[in-house]
Amino acid sequence: MNATPRTLAAEIYAASGANAATCYQCGKCSAGCPMAADSSLRPHSIMRLVMQNRRQQALTDPSIWYCLTCETCSQRCPNGCDPARVIDALREMSLEAGLSQVPRTIKAFHRAFLEQIRSNGRIHEVGLVMEYKMRSGDLIKDVTNAPPMFARGKLSLRPERIRDTEDMKRIFAKCGVQP
Amino acid sequence: MTALTAGARVAYYPGCSLHGTSREYDESLRAVAQALDIGVDEIDDWSCCGASSAHTTDHLLSVALPARNLAIAEAAGYDQVVAPCAACYNRLASARHAVAHETSIGERIPDVIGRPFANGVEVLSAIHFLQAAAATIKERAAAQRSNPFVDAKLAAYYGCLLVRPAEISVDDDPEAPRALDDLIAAVGATPVDWNMRVECCGGSYSVSRTASVVRLGRAIINDARKHEAEAIVVACPLCHSNLDLRQKAMTARGQAPLPVLFITQVVGLALGLPPEQLGLDRHFVATTPFLTRLHERTIKRQGEEARKQREAAAKAAAKAEKAAAATGGGEA
Repeated sequence: MNATPRTLAAEIYAASGANAATCYQCGKCSAGCPMAADSSLRPHSIMRLVMQNRRQQALTDPSIWYCLTCETCSQRCPNGCDPARVIDALREMSLEAGLSQVPRTIKAFHRAFLEQIRSNGRIHEVGLVMEYKMRSGDLIKDVTNAPPMFARGKLSLRPERIRDTEDMKRIFAKCGVQP
Repeated sequence: MTALTAGARVAYYPGCSLHGTSREYDESLRAVAQALDIGVDEIDDWSCCGASSAHTTDHLLSVALPARNLAIAEAAGYDQVVAPCAACYNRLASARHAVAHETSIGERIPDVIGRPFANGVEVLSAIHFLQAAAATIKERAAAQRSNPFVDAKLAAYYGCLLVRPAEISVDDDPEAPRALDDLIAAVGATPVDWNMRVECCGGSYSVSRTASVVRLGRAIINDARKHEAEAIVVACPLCHSNLDLRQKAMTARGQAPLPVLFITQVVGLALGLPPEQLGLDRHFVATTPFLTRLHERTIKRQGEEARKQREAAAKAAAKAEKAAAATGGGEA
């Protein structure tokens, strides 16, 4: 192992191939970001934190969890810095380091989603929303949408399960992911 | 991409949404494929692509989950798979790209998924799929005397997942794509020129950050309306749910709702398939007023055409009579 601790930018580069170090802060990423209005740190500021090696702040700021990965920033970055990939890498590192300040609802959604894939191989939307509600505590929202969705044949009560569910457990284990 | 003609067969990856909340997308794609005589064979025992939750959590998992499905299709002998859901398309195509270009990931995949994998299956979105059959679609739509889309103004909405990242974009220009607009034109409708075609609708945050999704969707719908679109056309179940199911929250009181149709439904209608077969009754924003308007316009247009034809025939007859009279007069 390398004795000198690597900078955050170097670590992200090694993990994802995205090079935050070449960002020159033009702000084009933030100009096109659909979530800029809702999050406290905009993409170029997150890139700045990475360049300045402010690890703690970059990994704990809730803004990284607002990113939709719509990739508008990466598409428009004039220097190929790939902010969407940088933010994805930060989220992974944040979860790994147990530093995650992820807003409860978003974390709950991802957890519920992955747990369904691991155990059934497919997403059962009714089950997903129920599990999300249990994990997030967000019990009331959208309940009025359920009856019309059933009426339109859009929701099924029975989850679909693939035959080879062992395959799913093996893949998750090989990737070291426990939802 | 090679043209898909009658008798072709491709593997089909419906994904979870098309078996649930967006089943009309599945129904309409199958109906269109059948009408074009292209076989779509569901991948045996397919599993979820992992969508946004997997790539937010672990990069390797986000490649492995789609790769399992591609490997099954490959083993069954297919060289193309159609994934109509834009999120599935994005994950499948991104996984294919990652395996081809990131050696560290590509090398590990066969072991992680426990299957041989040569990465030989091309991934098609619904847009690619319809593009590959566009010549037939155009011909058949033009031959439909009652094609409802003549003179209809439709807004092609791409969102994110079909055009970004650029490596997997359905169009060479991810900022000003034309692929979906061209399909709209192929069925005889007019694609409107508008500003929000590649903006994000909020995608998977529909459940966890609904307020953001309503803010983003409202901007999209208002812009489409401003440019006189009569409906928005999508190729993504997330865009559809956000813009259709949540439209009530995005619309001001008194504003007429704007129907949101899947491109497969539009193509199906242009081919003369019945609306029920295309799941048009499953939407939250009722499609009936829009379809009725198109239908009335078609009848009016047909009436106009018939009247013009009658008038032209009468004129020609009168002319012929006059000519005959003149000739007759000459002889007398």
